[in-house]
Order: sequence, then C-alpha cells, then structure tokens
Amino acid sequence: MSRQTGHSDTTWQRIAIALPYLWLLIFFLAPFAIILKISFADPVIAMPPFTPTFGDDGALQITLDNYAFLFTDKLYAVTYLKSVLMAASATALCLLLGFPIAYGIARAEPETRNILLLLIVLPFWISFLLRVYAWMGLLNNYGVINNLLMWAGVTDQPLAMMYTDFAIYIGLVYSYLPFMILPLYATLERMDLDLVEAAQDLGATSTVAFWNITWPLARPGVIAGCLLVFIPATGEYVIPYLLGGPESLLIGRVLFDEFFTNRDWPLASAVAIVLIFLVVIPIVLLQRNQARATENAA
Amino acid sequence: MTARSSNSAFIEVRKLSKHFGDFVAVDAVSLKIERGELFSILGGSGCGKTTLLRMLAGFETPTSGQVFLDGVDITNQPPYERPVNMMFQSYAVFPHMTVEQNVAYGLKKERLPKEETASRVREMLSLVKLDDFGARKPNQLSGGQRQRVALARALVKKPKVLLLDEPLAALDKKLREHTQFELMNIQDELGITFVVVTHDQEEAMILSNRIAVMEKGRFEQIGTPKEVYEFPRNRFVADFIGTINTFDGVVQNSGDGIVTVASDECGQSLRALCDKPPKNGSDVCIAVRPEKIFISQYKPDNHEDACLEGVVEDLGYFGNLSLYRIRLATGKVVQVSSQNRRRSIERSFDWDDNVYISWRPRSALVLEP
Amino acid sequence: MKGNSRFVISVLAFGYAFLYLPLLSVIVYSFNDSQLATVWGGFSMRWYGELFKNSQIIDALMLSLKVAVSAATMATLFGTMAGVALSRFGRFRGRNLFTGMITSPMVMPEVITGLSLLLLFVSLQQLTGWPSQRGYGTITIAHTTFAMAYVAVIVQSRLAAMDESLEEAAMDLGGRPFRVMIDITLPLIAPAMLAGWLLAFTLSLDDLVIASFVSGPGGSTLPMLIFSKVKLGVTPDINALATLIMLFVSAGVVLAWAIGRRMQKA
Repeated sequence: MSRQTGHSDTTWQRIAIALPYLWLLIFFLAPFAIILKISFADPVIAMPPFTPTFGDDGALQITLDNYAFLFTDKLYAVTYLKSVLMAASATALCLLLGFPIAYGIARAEPETRNILLLLIVLPFWISFLLRVYAWMGLLNNYGVINNLLMWAGVTDQPLAMMYTDFAIYIGLVYSYLPFMILPLYATLERMDLDLVEAAQDLGATSTVAFWNITWPLARPGVIAGCLLVFIPATGEYVIPYLLGGPESLLIGRVLFDEFFTNRDWPLASAVAIVLIFLVVIPIVLLQRNQARATENAA
Repeated sequence: MTARSSNSAFIEVRKLSKHFGDFVAVDAVSLKIERGELFSILGGSGCGKTTLLRMLAGFETPTSGQVFLDGVDITNQPPYERPVNMMFQSYAVFPHMTVEQNVAYGLKKERLPKEETASRVREMLSLVKLDDFGARKPNQLSGGQRQRVALARALVKKPKVLLLDEPLAALDKKLREHTQFELMNIQDELGITFVVVTHDQEEAMILSNRIAVMEKGRFEQIGTPKEVYEFPRNRFVADFIGTINTFDGVVQNSGDGIVTVASDECGQSLRALCDKPPKNGSDVCIAVRPEKIFISQYKPDNHEDACLEGVVEDLGYFGNLSLYRIRLATGKVVQVSSQNRRRSIERSFDWDDNVYISWRPRSALVLEP
Repeated sequence: MKGNSRFVISVLAFGYAFLYLPLLSVIVYSFNDSQLATVWGGFSMRWYGELFKNSQIIDALMLSLKVAVSAATMATLFGTMAGVALSRFGRFRGRNLFTGMITSPMVMPEVITGLSLLLLFVSLQQLTGWPSQRGYGTITIAHTTFAMAYVAVIVQSRLAAMDESLEEAAMDLGGRPFRVMIDITLPLIAPAMLAGWLLAFTLSLDDLVIASFVSGPGGSTLPMLIFSKVKLGVTPDINALATLIMLFVSAGVVLAWAIGRRMQKA
C-alpha cells in the first residue's frame, strides 16, 4: 500500500529520513571504510601509528602483511576457532537451560507469568559488568562457593574455578541467558496450546508431541535467541578478561590488546575485518535465509 | 480540475484501474452513482472492492482512469482535500481521544469556530444516540458504540459521499440487523450518498438502492437488489447471490420468447422464458432458485410447468422454512426450499420419500453455460 | 502452574536461583566489615560511607548519567525518525542500505564498534581538528549510534502492530500528513518511544567496551572506573556500589512495571 508520496508536503518526510541516514553514514558506515583502510597499512611509531594510504609522492601504499600475518601465525587461527567454539558451546548451554525456562514461563498462569518474566528482564537492566563481577566473588579460591564447600567438608583444598574456561562458560551463560529466554518465550507464548493437545489426542506421547509440534514451531525463537547470544559472545571482552585465565585468549581480548597494549592499529583493524567477514556477515546472512524460509513456510 | 463529467451523475468512475505490480486489483471499471443513493459494491475477498473504495477515498492512486465527484475531477486530490469521508472496517476510532474529541477532529482540521464545532458534535452524538458518552475513551465502549462513533465522526463533516468499508462485519448478528435499519434511517434523514463495500450479500440486498457485483477487478452486474437476484446476468452473479440450481443443456427450439432446452442432467426438456433467445443448438444453462420450486407428493397436472421426479436425499428444518435436497434419477441433486406455512410437529416429507418438483417456465432463467 | 511438569518446575527453580544467588551474595558481602572481601568480619555500613566520600566515583557516575541522558535522547529522536520512515514512508531511494545500517549495530561485536568509531574520531581530528579531545562528546556519539538501532526496532514493531487505518482516518477527516503524524502517530507510539529511551539509557549506562575505545584520558565513565578497580579482584566498596545500583534499578523497573500494569487495567 503506497502512501501519499505524490503530494506536496513531503519535506518533513525527507528530513526524517535524511537525519538518521546521515548520522549512520558518518558514524557507522564511514568507520568501517576507515578500519578497512587501516588494515592495509603498516604500523609505525607515530601518531596515528600507521602509514597513510597514499605516500608523499602520491603513490598508493597498501600492504597485505597484516592479513598474511593473521593467516600464517597459528595463534590467530586458534584464537578465532576457540572464540567461535566457546561462543557456540555457551549458546548451546543457554538454549538447553533457557528453553525449559521459557516454556515454563509461557505455560504459567498469567499472573505468575508476568512476575516470572519481570524477574528474567530485571538482571538485564542491572549493569552487565557488575553481574560478571558478582561471579568473581563466588568463584574465587577464597570465594563463597569454595568457603561453602570447605565448610561442608566436601573438599579441604579450594577448587580452582576462577581464571578457567569453566568460569568463562559460567559468565557467558549467566550474562546472555535472558537474551535466549526472551525470544523463546515470545514464540512459545504465541503458540496455540491446542496444537500439542491435538497431537496428544491423535496418539502422540508428550515427548513425541514436543519434537513434532513444539520444537518446530519454536524454531524462529530458537534462531533469534541463538543469534542474540552467539554474536556478542564471540567478540566478548569483559568476561574472558575478568573470569578467564591469562591464557584464555579470545578474539575480543586479542583485538583489545593488539590495539591498546601493542598499539598495532593496522593489525587490530585486520583482526576486526576478519571477524566481520568470517563470523558476523555469514551468520547474519544465514539468519536472513532462515527467516525468509520460515516466512515462506507460514 | 477543469475536466467536467459528461453528464449529471453525482459520482462517476471512468475506466479506473489499479495495478499492484503484475496483479490487477481493479480492471478498468466504470460506474455512475446518483446523488442520495445507497450504493453497494459486493464481492468476495480479493475481488478489488476495497481497492476501489480506497481509490474513491484517495488512499490509493489509480494506475489509470478518473473519478469525478459532482462534476469535478478528484482523481488526484489527496484524501484530506476530498469532500468524501470514510468509515473504516476496523472503525479506526482514535484510542487516545475521547468520543467528543474523535468526532470533533475533522471539524478542528477545518478550523471551525469552537462554538460551532461543539454544537455540531453534540448534534451528531445525539443522532447516533451517544449523547451521554462524549467524555468516554474508546476502550470504555462496546463494538456497536465504537461503530457509531466512527459514523458520527465521518458524518459530522457533512461529506458529499460517505464511504463505508464492511460497516457491519465486526458486529454480532442481532446488532447487525438492528444497525442495518439505523444506517438506512440516518442516510434517509441526511440525504448523503452512501457507498458501501461488503462481502455479505444479505447486507447488500437489505441496505442498497443498487448493487454492483464485483469479481476479479471487474463488475459482473450493476442493478437494483431485485434485478441482480431475479435477473442475474450470468452464472457467477446467480451463484454469488443466493443459491441457484443449474441444468446444462442444448437449445432445441426457441420462439415466442420461450426457449426449450434438452438437458441430459435432468433427463428431459425444460422450458424457460427468455427475451433474447439464443440460437438453436447452442449450449446454455437453465437456472432456478430453490424457493421457486414446488415440492409435492403427487405429480401436478399442469403441463406448462417443468416437472421432475426424485427422492428426498436430505432435509433441513430451519423453523420458518425447510430445505430439501432432491436426487433425480440422473443422479443430479436439486435444492428446494419451502415455507413452513402450517404448524405441525410432523414433517411434510421424509428421507427417501418419492416426490415431484416443479416450477413455472417464467421462474427459470436462461444463462450462458 | 497448570501443565508444567516437575522437570520444568525444577529447571525454573534452578534457573532463577542461578540468576539471583550471585547478586544476593554481592548484597550480603556489601555489609561485610572486613577489608578482605571474602572473609566475613561482621555487619557494617562503612563501605557505603566510603563510597560517598570517593569523588572519583561520584565524577564517573555524573559523566555516565550525562552521557546516558544525552545519548538516550538523541537515540530516541533519530531512532523514532528511522522507525517511522521505514514503516510508514513506503519505498525511497537507499532504503535497503538504511535498513542494513539500522540493524547492523545490534549484531556487531562491541570491540569492533568501539574500534571503528575511535579510528573515525582520530581521522576526523587529523582532517578537521574536531574532536579536539575525546570524552563526553565522543562517548555520546558512539552510544547514540548503537542505541538508535534498538529504538528504531521498538518503534517499528509498535507501528507494525498499529492499525494503519487510524492514520488514514485522520487524513480522511482532513489532516495533512504532517498533522496526522503529530495528532495520531506520535501520541500512539509514545509508549514505545519511552521504552526505547529507557533501553537506550540503560545500554549507555551499561557500556564498558565502546566507551573504553572512544574515551580519552580523564574521561572515565562509571563502568570504566569499576572495571579498572575489579580487574585487580573483589573489593568491598564495589560491593556496596553494586548493591546501590541494583537497588535503584530494581526499584525503577518494578515501579515502571506496576505503572504499566495499572495503565493497562484502566
């Protein structure tokens, strides 16, 4: 349904489009062009610490050294792989824990449901950093959990939980669980309970009914939830820094360190570009295809 | 703006088309509506009736064609400049405004003096019997009350034409019947031209002076309710409005305005009145409405009438009338309805009864197959 | 809780315990008198007192609030424009790019957004001399950019759920498109704009990574300050600060929820 585009007073409409458009061109698109540009430069000790794209004589000076370095140094490949694997495992854990929770909330009485939902949303409004911090107090060698375990006599040595991959998983699942639950809840709540009952009426056990009815219908929510967890988890910086050990090199932290500690801006830019092209763009495309497929099926 | 309509029609639609990509929603339709008429556009979903209405209101820009109102070309006028108002199917009552503010909205846009606005709003609310509801918010109203707010809001602007998109679809059955007559009274009182879009043939029949039956973006027939019901121009209209029995056959003989058709479907010849009889040997179809058919236990002795023998396959009791499905020896099933004039606990006819059905030649129609 | 099996109920119980016990432990330890954060030394309010004497924390909090209010307001302005444009203005040139740019900041890892904006600011400074120093202004710009995406999505989904014939009815009654926007559309999407503002405000207050990139020396937001402290381990005054923040946020969220419910019932 087309709107009144042919009529006179559309100036305000143009302004309403142009303002956010310009803002995003300058502060979202242009920065990527700059990252791309710097990723082809050489690092130098100067301010800014990279060579200009055009030399003094006007000649184009670009180098693929940064990318060559990323693809030859095994450390980076391992780091990318580990980041993706950890994010994927954390996403799976979130789904495993989040699905029954979302299901339980969606099936609760309306009054209870509202309160349960509020309690899921509440931590989201509380500082992310402080929520990760809370686990530092729990997982520490002299933290709450170890104190409890030793007091109960389960162990007489504190268990090393802090600064391990285990702690990173805890931090990731804890921080991103609400992002998984909310979209799941949204699809499950909209789902007609009669469908499951109809399946059971036709002879399906509740397990069969779950796999035949509930799971396929919840798929849009599952995909949205996984996306909301996986992408930020891949580039996560705070959690591995605070909870992980010094050897737990995840890509977000590598980028941060290359930039701030090593002051190698071109390499940090190349790390970012590779992350965008290898992880972010494929996933967004995948999700778009999925969404289109679901739309067509509906 | 300078082009004038060719004659005195109040609304004239000339070869109006609307394409959405490859899809032709409205296909070069032409239409004339007189001042003060209550005109209905009737059709199934997706027939283009709502698109046509939205072009009259100015929400869709026609792909081609023109719309004249009172002699003025309004094809390119935006909705806010047209002297036409619309009552939306969803009623579109502004939820953040009171009933009074809703009704006053259009007058405020005309910058009328406050006192005049207030008095016209009051007048209009009393016309739709909402005098005491002015301060209420829409969510405190029933569906029927919201519908009347939407009506008052559109009428208070004294439009030349009121467009109504499925005005009664959202109401329950009892309220719908009541509202139908209320709408007609209001239209009568104010003398405003109404154009109604509906999918409900009963609604169209009761409300309108004339009906346009629309299908696939075109008008199949335009006429009074009686015309489209009793003299449908083709099989689609006959089928769409009410129920009809059809018998395919070949013209054997035509003359004196009477056509004789041999029909294999009922195993004999049928006669029907027809002004423009088709040629001998051409394929036609004879159509008879269920209520035009008599049902009897014995063979009627009037030889002029068509008469068929069959067995009661199904019957339904509706209180005021009974419906029968009669299976002929050829296997063809014919629907018959008959008024239950006598009060009796017993059925006149029962399942598997052998019966005769008959109708007068002038009750039957000759249609293209 | 009809229809929930024992399994589902136990997972629910576990899930909520998992979400809330860590926060509870922070609250409990904020009243710990001991200097060592993990050893219980008796009940005390001393860390709360210390907090208010710490001018560094107060300064960082003020900067964070200033940034959050400005960024949320600008994000709501631009995000609403974008949301309305995308769902009400039909096709226009460059629409696909616009849609892409609006949604991308939401799926972009924070380190990348932060890095790219810093590089932009550095380049701009070289070319134009602006921004001469990084701090309030640059953080606000960065936060506006990623928060406007969220506002746009909220506004867009509200508009998608809204009956378009409301706006058509207003136009039909003589309202020009701009008036209709003011009279009908904006009042009806106001709750979505408010929700968007609150979300943008929270996202801004919450952000550590992007602010760390685009801020300069001296411009520390509250999360930056907290991060620099907790890098070294658990400290009792951060426990107190966390407790206060949780208290304020919970009170705010519960209040908003209660008001929302009452408005729905009325």
